[in-house]
Amino acid sequence: MTKQQANWSPYDNNGGSCVAIAGADYCVVAADTRMSTGYSILTRDYSKICQLADKCVMASSGFQADVKALQKVLASRHLIYQHQHNKQMSCPAMGQLLSNTLYYKRFFPYYSFNVLGGLDNEGKGCVFTYDAVGSYERVGYSSQGSGSTLIMPFLDNQLKSPSPLLLPAQDAVTPLSESEAVDLVKTVFASATERDIYTGDKVEIVIINADGIHRDFMDVRKD
Amino acid sequence: MFRNQYDTDVTTWSPAGRLFQVEYAMEAVKQGSAAIGLRSMTHVVLACVNKANSELSSHQKKIFKVDDHIGVAIAGLTADGRVLSKYMRSECINYSFTYDSPLPVGRLVVQLADKAQVCTQRSWKRPYGVGLLAAGLDESGAHLYYNCPSGNYFEYQAFAIGSRSQAAKTYLERRFETFVNASREDLIKDALIAIRETLQGERLKSSICTVAVVGGGEPFHILDPETIQHLIDAFEIVGDEDPPANEQGAAAAADAEEGATAEQGATAGEGGDGAADEGAAPMDI
Repeated sequence: MTKQQANWSPYDNNGGSCVAIAGADYCVVAADTRMSTGYSILTRDYSKICQLADKCVMASSGFQADVKALQKVLASRHLIYQHQHNKQMSCPAMGQLLSNTLYYKRFFPYYSFNVLGGLDNEGKGCVFTYDAVGSYERVGYSSQGSGSTLIMPFLDNQLKSPSPLLLPAQDAVTPLSESEAVDLVKTVFASATERDIYTGDKVEIVIINADGIHRDFMDVRKD
Repeated sequence: MFRNQYDTDVTTWSPAGRLFQVEYAMEAVKQGSAAIGLRSMTHVVLACVNKANSELSSHQKKIFKVDDHIGVAIAGLTADGRVLSKYMRSECINYSFTYDSPLPVGRLVVQLADKAQVCTQRSWKRPYGVGLLAAGLDESGAHLYYNCPSGNYFEYQAFAIGSRSQAAKTYLERRFETFVNASREDLIKDALIAIRETLQGERLKSSICTVAVVGGGEPFHILDPETIQHLIDAFEIVGDEDPPANEQGAAAAADAEEGATAEQGATAGEGGDGAADEGAAPMDI
């Protein structure tokens, strides 16, 4: 007598990849714009990136319905924060809020794999990386989503501090300049697009620095 | 004024069909410092008198942003006002979350009025002791509403509440027909003049008043003290000139009024330069 399995799942995976890299005074957050289901493409033009606060941007891959719901909840919570504190939430504060929001649904999770990027209270770049239930860590760079297994090792190769054998190993904020970091992101997505079927079409690149937020697009392979 | 027998409970009617506790709550509004609102086709302006208890303390916050398109000015028990603003903010956020569009002002004031009514019909509650002037913009245009502790609400072209508001109301009644097509700047000037009316001769400075605007693409926001001080200086120095957006009758009446205050303005003008530093508002929390 085998256990009965559900014949309907509340989740779907819409695919896609997200990347974030923290610099000394900037942060780059990028994600592709392809939304898929199964082996089909739903649209080539869907943004996975959401600006949560002045200096805080979130990219999420996974189940986009859950991602949208999560973005709405965070936006509402941010509005409440602004009413109560008369200022914008900092990136680290938003980082904690995101973690708590995800864990709140520990037993029916948001199927959302997030990277949060922005500037911390001192104006330095910061990146936070999450799992679906809110476990998070501040890092110098991260990737999530269907292409992350292809992207992350390459970022480790390029950005990780020279001696990983030395303890404590730390993801130092990269010494790269802003334009070098953007070039790295473009390279990374071009490569992931080659081998991951769920990554492609366009890459949306968002740069956060002291001047504000700037958005760019890059075309990649559409097959 | 004391109708002792029937005024202990909000749930007790008087033989004349009145709820005295509700009326006493409206009295609390009349004791609060003045707040005024006025609207045109495209903008709504709220202004209020903001006096601190002493030089050492900050002043009471009487104007609250509820959402990008709605703000309120309160008079009466400011703590009740603060709590109601929190409720209004929450309602706006929930509405945008569900419908992805801004809460229409008329809907919000009804919800507020219903909330106030509940407190007039529960023996374990008391009415809110605060009057709210809600200013906002929605698809049907610019709106100004007044919400009472009784649970009543009315829409107005212009209104004033709080202590010595009758002086402001008189001014507004004379001028309200010009408001509909007034420019943003004229509306703000009219608001400042109305506030000045409630001060009964005391000099108007940006440190004792707060002004907020919404409309014409601008989200609801409180004007900074420097801007307000410039506007105050502009119309107090302009002693003999006709006020902007004229009407025959209004101009004649306003001229007489401007003439009288021009003397005040001129003598206070010299003192004003020395007191220019005072013009900046105290530390806002």
